[in-house]
Amino acid sequence: MFRFDNVGLRYGMGPEILRDLNFRIGPRSFQYLTGPSGAGKSSLLRLLFLSIQPTRGLISVFGRDASTLRHNDLPRLRRRIGVVFQDFRLLDHLTTYENVALALRVVGKPEQRYRSDVLELLNWVGLGDRINAYPPVLSGGEKQRAAIARAVIGHPEILLADEPTGNVDPPLARRLLRLFVELNRLGTSVVIATHDTDLMRQFPARTLALEDGRLNVHD
Amino acid sequence: MTETPIKTARLRLIPGRASQRRSGASPIVPPNSIAGTALIAVVAIMSFLACLTVGAVTLVQGAAEDWQSDILREVTIQILPLDGVDLAAATERALGIARAAPGIAGARALSDAENAALLEPWLGLGLDTTDLPIPRLIVVEIGDTEAVDLAALGTAVAAVPGAALDDHRMWTERLRSMANVTVVVGFAVLILVFAATIMSVVFATRGAMAGNGAIVSVLHFIGAEDWFVAREFQRHFLVLGLKGGLLGAFGAAVLFAILSFAMGTIGESPEGIQVSALFGSFAVGPGGYFGALLVAFVIAVITAVTSRLTVFRYLREVR
Repeated sequence: MFRFDNVGLRYGMGPEILRDLNFRIGPRSFQYLTGPSGAGKSSLLRLLFLSIQPTRGLISVFGRDASTLRHNDLPRLRRRIGVVFQDFRLLDHLTTYENVALALRVVGKPEQRYRSDVLELLNWVGLGDRINAYPPVLSGGEKQRAAIARAVIGHPEILLADEPTGNVDPPLARRLLRLFVELNRLGTSVVIATHDTDLMRQFPARTLALEDGRLNVHD
Repeated sequence: MTETPIKTARLRLIPGRASQRRSGASPIVPPNSIAGTALIAVVAIMSFLACLTVGAVTLVQGAAEDWQSDILREVTIQILPLDGVDLAAATERALGIARAAPGIAGARALSDAENAALLEPWLGLGLDTTDLPIPRLIVVEIGDTEAVDLAALGTAVAAVPGAALDDHRMWTERLRSMANVTVVVGFAVLILVFAATIMSVVFATRGAMAGNGAIVSVLHFIGAEDWFVAREFQRHFLVLGLKGGLLGAFGAAVLFAILSFAMGTIGESPEGIQVSALFGSFAVGPGGYFGALLVAFVIAVITAVTSRLTVFRYLREVR
């Protein structure tokens, strides 16, 4: 799905913050992306999400060279990638249902075609009774689950989650991890950016460890 | 706040909750996030100025056409009192030539009293014109403007000693050029107003995009195409443009009506007669009102299209 060959990244004329990255993310795989703060996790996620271009090397996304992608190609590719942000990025003026349905609304689907799917997913993530609630009244865990539901409602092939357990207590973190594992079991590749070692011990998986801009892969 | 449990069981359809969801999708871009009132005011002012311009142009054009048709409906034959020429006989001869010409409805010589009335503003009341060498004037009414040949009539009239045909061409040409200048100036003002509207909408749209950066960013991440984002913003700006445009047009229409009414009330006074002589009844007419409505819709469309193009441009810059 993703292939990085000798990828390097620098912002402007600054130092190279990602160096010689070589790894692959296969279909139905599960991996952690870890490393200390400032190691470049967020930048790597941005590369994975086609938000920025590398300064050198080759990134292949779903078999296509990322450097040759045109502006109009990006939305269709992004629909195949689900993203859960650390700060959730839910729209405060939309209900939980509308936030989750947004991913289907933007592709032009009529509501009667996705309504039951959204409600089913919201029930699945335990937000069935919060469908009409607005994000400002949701708890951190509820927001996190709504963000996850929005990321997976369009059946993405890969899910990228940036510190999904960073704002929640350990029991909820474990429950969210089980949710990701279940999604992976259903066929979605998962990349979880985290530095929560306890969490990684509970569900050992392939680890992409960033250290000073270099990546070590532990299968 | 208590956490609701996560169900990591198999996905299944759970009925019941669906009916509790409120109906009607919320707008993705909240209307109150766009500085709507200020933009409506700007668009309304622009629309008002554009409508005034359209009204003024139709008014002047209408008045100019009235003057032209009045002037073109008659021509004048002037017979100078030359030495050795019998003025009365020359007048009769010229009258005969005029009446016999094709397309002429009638011709009559002005009486001494009418001549004196024409000179009254310069020479005063109670003038005895019998001893003065005043030219005789023949008013020729044109019946069929297509059939009449003024050049041939002029040549025929010139055969009469001291006679000349005045077809008022100089005046009509001046009127025509004045009306044309008014239309050109009107178009220039309209272009300036539309340009100012476009620039205001560009600034407002860019402000709205920057203010809603978080929404635009989320829409990008979930795979929204540019046309979708543009449509969400364009929808708001079309409504704002329509509101502002109609408000301005309504203001202009009210002003037209007030001026028309005011002219009606002072119509009998000397000022009223003078203004009426220039602009007729000062009624903008259905063309002016229709033009104002058209301007309102054109401004609304300009607002929507400008915001759409601005959004596309902005998205290409930020991505």
